[in-house]
Amino acid sequence: MTEKENKYSAPNENGKFGEYGGRFVPETLMSALYQLEATYNIAKSDINFINELNDLQKNYNGRETPLTFVKRLTEHFGKAKIYLKREDLNHTGAHKLNNTLGQILLAKRLGKNRIIAETGAGQHGVATATVCAKFGLQCTVYMGEVDVKRQEMNVFRMKMMGAEVIPVTSGSKTLKDATNEAIRDWVTNVNDTYYIIGSVVGPHPYPMIVRDFQAIIGDETKRQIKDVEGRNPNYIVACVGGGSNAIGMFYPFIDIDEVNLIGVEAAGYGVDTDKHCATLTKGSPGVFQGMNTYLLHDDEGQISEVHSISAGLDYPGVGPEHSYLNDLKRVRYSSVTDDEALQAAVKLSQLEGILPALETSHALAYLEYLMPKTKSDEIVVVNLSGRGDKDLNTLMEQIKF
Amino acid sequence: MSKIRDRIEDINNNGRKALSIFLTSGFPTIESFVDNTNRIIDAGADIIELGMPFSDPLADGGVIQQSSQTALKNGITQKQTFQFAEKIKLKNDIPLILMGYANTLQKYGREQFEQDAINAGVDGLIIPDVPLEEFDDFFSPFSECLDKILLTTPTSSKERILKLDNKSNGFLYCVSVTGTTGVRDGFDNTIIENLKSTYQTVNKNKMLIGFGISKPENIKQLSPFADGFIIGSAIVNSLQNDGINSTVELVKSLSEACGK
Repeated sequence: MTEKENKYSAPNENGKFGEYGGRFVPETLMSALYQLEATYNIAKSDINFINELNDLQKNYNGRETPLTFVKRLTEHFGKAKIYLKREDLNHTGAHKLNNTLGQILLAKRLGKNRIIAETGAGQHGVATATVCAKFGLQCTVYMGEVDVKRQEMNVFRMKMMGAEVIPVTSGSKTLKDATNEAIRDWVTNVNDTYYIIGSVVGPHPYPMIVRDFQAIIGDETKRQIKDVEGRNPNYIVACVGGGSNAIGMFYPFIDIDEVNLIGVEAAGYGVDTDKHCATLTKGSPGVFQGMNTYLLHDDEGQISEVHSISAGLDYPGVGPEHSYLNDLKRVRYSSVTDDEALQAAVKLSQLEGILPALETSHALAYLEYLMPKTKSDEIVVVNLSGRGDKDLNTLMEQIKF
Repeated sequence: MSKIRDRIEDINNNGRKALSIFLTSGFPTIESFVDNTNRIIDAGADIIELGMPFSDPLADGGVIQQSSQTALKNGITQKQTFQFAEKIKLKNDIPLILMGYANTLQKYGREQFEQDAINAGVDGLIIPDVPLEEFDDFFSPFSECLDKILLTTPTSSKERILKLDNKSNGFLYCVSVTGTTGVRDGFDNTIIENLKSTYQTVNKNKMLIGFGISKPENIKQLSPFADGFIIGSAIVNSLQNDGINSTVELVKSLSEACGK
């Protein structure tokens, strides 16, 4: 089982993953994007930067995170062995801090003292507020009004850490609208403000930078599964909204063909309704929020108002690298409904004592489709991207015991 | 070759500044749109920019965002916007520009869009989310009769302004401030100095200033550093709150400030 030579090298120098990605932003932001790219390219091979980030990942974030063999869940399906990559055990409860720690160091290098961010579920907002508190920088988080209500715990967490949370009332009042407002803020205050984007979306170089900071998930997984099983997994499953936990997990495995990579999108009430976020399943390419990528939009190119029970997946676009991997057929993208995700959350909680985030529950729900096809000598890894404490309000409304 | 450029030159040669008025297509209503536009042209608009409503207009402030939402609720379609363009051009011999976002062209089919725009009599396009870097891949190289107008901003370096100037046709759109479209209180010295230096740098194109221009006073203050002005949010705001008669008066006063 030898690894092939590293052949995958996206994005190119123009920030394109095949035809996707790019820099579709107003002229005002172009100089900031060039500055960020240059700073990042120097930082990523600077030993001081690497050491500082590694130290933060270890001693502040709590990495490396465990790779947990889940015995009862494995026995439940009676097929392949199931492991969970425990990103829920990161500081603040999800994979988001992997990225904000890296980006706050870039912001410092760029000499910016004001930080802005968008957030859906609030996990990225919390992760940004966290690093701003740690580094003493001013923090403003844009959050759709709908999400402010369904994720009130995270709103309060951000405020506890000194961040200003601005509810966004335009459009569908969710993640896409929060992102619009954050970009408008950045266009206005670009001279003193750094925008910490929370997923592998937006204009180049963001999808590349966020991927590289999240790739620690896949790098650790690769090492850990070799340690316990002596080989690579047969399947890796991750949920996809913008797609940062998925790309972080997939990226180190892209050139290893025998590892099947599966991204799971949110089907909401079902992909045949208009209430879902299954962008790669049902969308088509378009230009949105700085990137060319698959989108959910109507015949006129107006962006759709999408739905998912999970605020973190409630987004009509997807990272451009996922669009590319979809077209290459290197990653298979599927989707599960709100109800399937809820059942999966209950199942993992009761079988393993791990309460997953609703986003993550989509990846877990896909096991119902995947596991019957697996063999008992195979290995499945699910990226357990976050914990479900933040979703208790939604869970209490939806589940009756 | 460029009707837009020729017209601005004529106006400047007569000692005046060009006045370009932005209107959101289908706002405030689909029925009133062409008549309103004709009246605004009669009141002194030299160029009309027809805004193509988009659900997520990143470069726009609240006023134009809301007008876009209203137009979309009114049921505006891209075909209708092309029809508006045709009707306006039938009655008026003035340059007409479409302004909007990349996804509208992308979903329509980029080459088909440019062809239909030319057929409707459109003279130019302003697509703020297609910067220099994406220009060659995005626009058709075959539609030279359709000017692609680029924007320069306070964050563009001198070297970059020269590149933008070189690539832009029709005119160069100078964004006065960092930020989105919308009315502002005034222009401080830093902004003025920057506009002055940009105006000196630009040499291929005529330069029109936009973003934050709302009153005759703004035009008078900035006239030494511009070949013309673009007014959007102030007009849309006036249509929303004061109606077409007041908007016609506003256009007349702006036109006078341009030296008419």
